[in-house]
Amino acid sequence: MNSKKVRFWPSSNLGVQFYILRFCSFAVKSKTTSKLNSEAPPQKPLLPYFFWKNTATWFFIRKWHCSFAAILNQSIQFKNMAGIRIYWIALIFIGVGATAFAQHDNHSHPQKSTEQQEASANAVDSHDALRPNEAPHEGCGHPIVEKVGEFNAGETAVHHIADANAIHVVGDIYIPLPCFLYAPGQGWTITTTSAFHSHHHGNGTLAKDGYVLVHGSIQRIQDQGFPKGEVSVSEPTHEERIVNGKKKDIYFVMAEGKCYELDKKTTFDGGLMGGGVTSFYDYSITRNVFTMLLTCLVLFFLFRKAANAATRTHGHAPKGLQNFIEPFYTFIRDDVARPSIGPKYEKYMPYLLSVFFFILGLNLIGQIPFFPGSANVTGNISVTIVLALLTFVLMLASTKRYFWEHTLWMPGVPAALKILILTPVEILGLFLKPFTLILRLFANITAGHIVIMCFVGLIFIFGKAGTSMGGSLAGIAAAIPLSLFMMTIELLVAFLQAFIFTMLSATYIGMALEEPHGDHH
Amino acid sequence: MYAAIGAGLAAIAAGIGVGTIGGKAVEGIARQPEAVNDIRANMILTAALVEGAALVAMVLSFFVAPPGQ
Repeated sequence: MNSKKVRFWPSSNLGVQFYILRFCSFAVKSKTTSKLNSEAPPQKPLLPYFFWKNTATWFFIRKWHCSFAAILNQSIQFKNMAGIRIYWIALIFIGVGATAFAQHDNHSHPQKSTEQQEASANAVDSHDALRPNEAPHEGCGHPIVEKVGEFNAGETAVHHIADANAIHVVGDIYIPLPCFLYAPGQGWTITTTSAFHSHHHGNGTLAKDGYVLVHGSIQRIQDQGFPKGEVSVSEPTHEERIVNGKKKDIYFVMAEGKCYELDKKTTFDGGLMGGGVTSFYDYSITRNVFTMLLTCLVLFFLFRKAANAATRTHGHAPKGLQNFIEPFYTFIRDDVARPSIGPKYEKYMPYLLSVFFFILGLNLIGQIPFFPGSANVTGNISVTIVLALLTFVLMLASTKRYFWEHTLWMPGVPAALKILILTPVEILGLFLKPFTLILRLFANITAGHIVIMCFVGLIFIFGKAGTSMGGSLAGIAAAIPLSLFMMTIELLVAFLQAFIFTMLSATYIGMALEEPHGDHH
Repeated sequence: MYAAIGAGLAAIAAGIGVGTIGGKAVEGIARQPEAVNDIRANMILTAALVEGAALVAMVLSFFVAPPGQ
């Protein structure tokens, strides 16, 4: 035996010998790979490069010394980290930049002044040549134009908060939704918003049965003599008038040279927010309804999956989606329902959970800035009215005689005091409790959305609605941190308001269910 | 214009209310640091209730003069 060979064998070719041993053992059992991988420093695998890294290290481990493979592992991951950093920086930059630059259609309603009407005839020449189908306006209001240099932040904010019949995705892209319109005397009109031929800003140039699409929502021609069926009209125009002491924006369309005034849809607020009962009722699937249905579907599938997982893994520790939802469920059961309602809390758990997750889902969807989010549902007072009404009905349905006796005719108080002061106050309080539910949720969410809109509007205010690039950049530098900060607060508010609504509902139901305690008869 | 002043007053009221709640809560935590979780939960709850009252005033100012009109 050559002693030189023996001496060389351990010192210089140790790696080769090791590698041969490893290779043989690897050929025998494939679990070696995972063990070798576990010797690598525990770093989270980064997804796009995960497979490449795994195959590369597998290949290397099979061929070379495992520590070398570990170093290579590290180096691949280090290269990944730089690439991943660049990837994320680019993604955030593009996302933020796209959001900042997307709404460059800085349209605005022109300044409200009566001399605009006289100047409208002169302003015909300065209009966009892209809209040839616009009829000349002979005192029929001025068109909803893009006037460079004018930006009304409050109006844009309110426009983005409001409901619309078509989902405005970006720029001129609208997603049509089905419309169910009813006018007493005319009957039902069932159509979609794409039937109104909207090309520019959601303004439709086709009137169907007297309905026109104005800025994404449907309005109706007041004149009952307007021909039914499909009639081609001009793009809607508008002007401001003083109606009942309040400034109102009246919209018009022109058809065959005549001016027709338009009606907005009926809102049952008695003119509080500029609405009232008009000539038609709008029962269509609007953006808010679509978002509510979407939220319902998402919640249904989420909870179905979690419930199936719960029944399957009964007795074992939960994981995945069930693990994510169980803390919310347990929190509502143990900290909201059981302390407030008492022993009969199980009957009310479905309602409380539904309300909590519905409001939470809607709030969170309203925070996503793009489709399918960005719909301000809980900031619409109709939605909160219905939710509070449900709580009110549930509270009334679970009242007992004891509750009414002690609310309206409390024992131990002189009768004069009761009739004059206490009972009216208690009755007022009975209605005021769900009323504050309505306003609390509505105002919190709407205020947050308006503030975010105003912060984004800073970009246009500083950039003078698109004319000044440097100003726009300054606006972006100011708006992005403020918007991000406000959105963080809005996340907290989303959870908090859902929890507050649920907790107060539970409290009111618990108050209604109170049993006589102590030494009452 | 008066609607904006009213909304500003409502903001002052919200600030005073929530600030008082926060101050008392922090005092309570200073007195008994192991109760910080309970105190924090009650503070957030009460703050939301007090803000509800202030936001009622803000909503009413909305009804009087919606922004942008």
